Amino acid sequence: MAQPLNFVLNVPETPEDHSSQEPSPYDESEVHDSFHQLIQEQSQWVAEEGLELQQREPGPGGPETSGCGQHALPGPEDALAHSAATLRVLASMPSRTIGRSRGAVICQYYNRSVRLRRRVSRPELKGVGRSARPSLRLYDLELDPAALQEEEKRFLLVKELEGLPVAQRNHMLRGMPLGLAEKRCLREETQTPTEKQRGRQGPRGLFPCCGRLRDACVLALHSLGLGLLAGLQALKPWRHALKQIGGQFGSSVLSYFLFLKTLLAFNALLLLPLLAFIVGVQAAFPPPAPPGSVPSFMGLELLTGGGRFTHTVLYYGYYSNSTVSQPCVPPPGGGQCSREADSLPYSMPLAYLFTVGLAFFITCITLVYSMSHSFGESYRVGSTSGVHAVTVFCSWDHKVTQRRASRLQHDNIRTHLKELLAEWQRRRGSPSACGQLRRVAVRGLVWLLSLGTTLGCTVAVYAFSELMIKSPVSVEQEGALLALPVVVCLLNLGAPYLFRCLAALERHDSPVLEVYVAVCRNLILKMVILGILCYHWLGRRVGTLKDQCWENFVGQELYRLMVLDFIFVLLDTLFGELVWRLISEKQLKRREKPEFDIAGNVLELIYGQTLTWLGVLFSPLLPAIQIVKLLLIFYVKKTSLRANCQAPRRPWLASHMSTVFISLLCFPSFLGAAVFLCFAVWRVKPSSTCGPFRGLNSMYEAGKAWVRHLEEAGPRVSWLPWVHRYLVENTFPIYLVSALLLAVIYLHIQVVKGQRRVICLLKEQISNVSALPPPARPQEALFAPQMTPGPAGGRTKRSGSEAAPPWGALRDRAPALGGCGSRPRQRKAAFSGRRPRGAAVSVRVLEVLEIALGLLGGPAPGHGPCSLPSFSKQVE
Amino acid sequence: MGGSGSRLSKELLAEYQDLTFLTKQEILLAHKRFCELLPPEHRSVEESLQIRVSLEQILSLPELKANPFKERICRVFSTSPARDSLSFEDFLDLLSVFSDTATPDIKSHYAFRIFDFDDDGTLNREDLSHLVNCLTGQGEDTRLSASEMKQLIDNVSSRAGPGSQREGLGLGLKLSLPQILEESDIDRDGTINLSEFQHVISRSPDFASSFKIVL
Repeated sequence: MAQPLNFVLNVPETPEDHSSQEPSPYDESEVHDSFHQLIQEQSQWVAEEGLELQQREPGPGGPETSGCGQHALPGPEDALAHSAATLRVLASMPSRTIGRSRGAVICQYYNRSVRLRRRVSRPELKGVGRSARPSLRLYDLELDPAALQEEEKRFLLVKELEGLPVAQRNHMLRGMPLGLAEKRCLREETQTPTEKQRGRQGPRGLFPCCGRLRDACVLALHSLGLGLLAGLQALKPWRHALKQIGGQFGSSVLSYFLFLKTLLAFNALLLLPLLAFIVGVQAAFPPPAPPGSVPSFMGLELLTGGGRFTHTVLYYGYYSNSTVSQPCVPPPGGGQCSREADSLPYSMPLAYLFTVGLAFFITCITLVYSMSHSFGESYRVGSTSGVHAVTVFCSWDHKVTQRRASRLQHDNIRTHLKELLAEWQRRRGSPSACGQLRRVAVRGLVWLLSLGTTLGCTVAVYAFSELMIKSPVSVEQEGALLALPVVVCLLNLGAPYLFRCLAALERHDSPVLEVYVAVCRNLILKMVILGILCYHWLGRRVGTLKDQCWENFVGQELYRLMVLDFIFVLLDTLFGELVWRLISEKQLKRREKPEFDIAGNVLELIYGQTLTWLGVLFSPLLPAIQIVKLLLIFYVKKTSLRANCQAPRRPWLASHMSTVFISLLCFPSFLGAAVFLCFAVWRVKPSSTCGPFRGLNSMYEAGKAWVRHLEEAGPRVSWLPWVHRYLVENTFPIYLVSALLLAVIYLHIQVVKGQRRVICLLKEQISNVSALPPPARPQEALFAPQMTPGPAGGRTKRSGSEAAPPWGALRDRAPALGGCGSRPRQRKAAFSGRRPRGAAVSVRVLEVLEIALGLLGGPAPGHGPCSLPSFSKQVE
Repeated sequence: MGGSGSRLSKELLAEYQDLTFLTKQEILLAHKRFCELLPPEHRSVEESLQIRVSLEQILSLPELKANPFKERICRVFSTSPARDSLSFEDFLDLLSVFSDTATPDIKSHYAFRIFDFDDDGTLNREDLSHLVNCLTGQGEDTRLSASEMKQLIDNVSSRAGPGSQREGLGLGLKLSLPQILEESDIDRDGTINLSEFQHVISRSPDFASSFKIVL
């Protein structure tokens, strides 16, 4: 670390560098060198800590002590003046210069655009490690002894912007916190003459005589287009409804409806290929009708899904097992219609298999993508600390537009703040061992009870399903088929209320934990029940329904479950929300309405979606039914919400919770359904009397047979059987791919871990520094003027001569950060060596954090050069 | 309706679209809403682009009515010398910052300016207590008490004022509370500057979704 200081610093004090207005790599290297110099000086200070401490004793701070500290510095004499300049570099790190004045903003964006332009024009620099230090180059201006005035900066900014491509320039302008008028001015100034000409002349060209006509046409088209756009705005689904909900209940309740919208999109995505390749084709070319009369429509079918519906496109059994053919119209002569003549080359079994597979694959990709996107949005490093500040700065929901809702939000925030304060006071005295023990016991008991309830429900469902198998239902009493779904729905409805009562017994520290526990219990219940049902269908029913179409039966069961689930949601809304509100208003004389249970409702949605995914193979139209159901639920819930409910009192981490829910949708729900379907496709023998796969040993065999058929067809498509044989049937490639994938994941985990460790170290450093008492007032006053930009003009007012002496003093008390080399590891060594002192050090830590951003992978375009927000973003 | 007949020119629309985070539809909707605020005789396109709407009229928009920061928001976005009126471009600026697609960077920048009640470029104690009062409601009964406020904003034990001396005996000694200033004032100068503010904001993923106004 303590390398000899063998080079003399060459800070560009030369104004002629700037007369050219052309930033060169030479400047950058100089600034970099001076930066390096500073670092080394400070490492020296680290080494000579003892000496410095002694010197600090007599005079606590002040410019004159810096003078006597200087001779301890082994560097060349003239380096001192330069290092003062270098320190100014640090002082002008963007974190400090961005005041609210317009001049500072312009200045900052000038710097930003310089960086951008350099990146564009000299990509070869990018490869060099140096470009990973985004903020170094920016300070050549600051080193100029005469600080540039605002107009000059502005001029420079305009010049810089001129060098950028148009799209980038607009992007940059858009991101500037300046007024629109200012932006338009800048844009006007930065347009090069050719662009202006192009803009002015535009489409008018060779035929000026047609110009007027063309103008009229363009105008008419323009207004027509605008009208269409306005129409589109109205079509944007539920914009107004969502705005209303957001305005009345805030983001938390809105997240439920947004989740519902997401589910709708998923179902539409699932339904489209099914509709196009299976249902549509089969409906256009219906298979021969089954023997026997078609039962008439009775109305009960809407609930049971049987009867009239059985032989329709709704269920698996309807689909033919051959290539699609025209309906056979017997020729007048009474002969047989020839099958071969009018058959189309569209094999239904293959279409069925591949379409379902493809639809699932698309859903999977979309789901994983949206999950990772959501994670990126909601996961922030260190989001647990700083609750008070975050609460105060971020808790107001600007979407809220109603006075009542706004008052409620005031109340919620006040309660939350008071709770936070009380929490801190309470945390001082740790609870007694007895109280702790009692709490653990109560929690254990509650968990035991809820798991026992889950077990009881499971056993009940299992016993009931066995009972249903033992007493087969005749075709006439179809209503009896509803018994099992009703039991399941009742359990699903009742158990959550029981869980809620139990949860009232235990007291959790944080409301978030409370929600998690509730979600966890409900999820376990629902998944276990669905698991038992799946076993019942694939394990037991397939065996008992020998001569019938078991796929149809499973499809109908899922249909029934779904319809009844919808009915129970309606009942729950009616009794849980409406009646409860009436009771609490009329009888209990409470002013407050019941709260909307977001977690419970979202879990209901996830459950319904799982049912849909489970049933897609057996009933391809199930997503359509789910879409209808979701649409109805949207309106019912919205009406009930506005009439009966109020927003939850607890703070709700909307983006965090929606991430959790999307992951729940992905992990147990989608994955479980996929496993179920894979098992059904690979292992279970399809029924021999119906469906596209009749006569085969498994549905998968249809694919195999097709490959064999291809092999025979000729050499033209021989690669496909080859692919099949070596990649699908042979297990080795699968192992190889999974091993590679695991290795990549492992590497990524390691990288993230390393980055996280660096962050932890830096954060620790910051909190270490912050925990120390602030320095005495006179010292603080020394560097305070440099720290904070003035109201107008920011730090550009300061002249170089003013700045030097205080900074020298500052350096004396801020020797901590050594080793700002190119490796986090080096910095770590520098950190761990000593305990930092004083506030100035914390400033430095901030700077290092900023630099670390560059090290961890360069700044994203459009973000601050090295501001902390983008730093934490990088880590994600 | 007067607003529906008058449309922005194509070039202007494209320019606005380039320079703000709004889509074409949103700009048109904004123009329509803005024109509705104007007296009927001034609703032509040219005039609507020139004229300024007073603060009271903007505050009467239902989207802003219930917002406790409405006046600050208008003042921050106003470009008139007295900061008491908004032109259409200011209005677009406002909507652009509060739109869906605005970057977190620019959102936090303007949030900082909105919370900076005395316009001095940093958040000091007065700004913070003003902010907390806005959040909890301005009424006498809804405010936090003085001691609560003090406790919330800065550290009771380290700042030995005459009022906190008493509390210091009771609860302040062990109470090195990481409250707002403790948590966010990294350079310990007693105020929060923009980068410190953005650092805090970056820890809250919900900020971008709640700092939003839908027209």
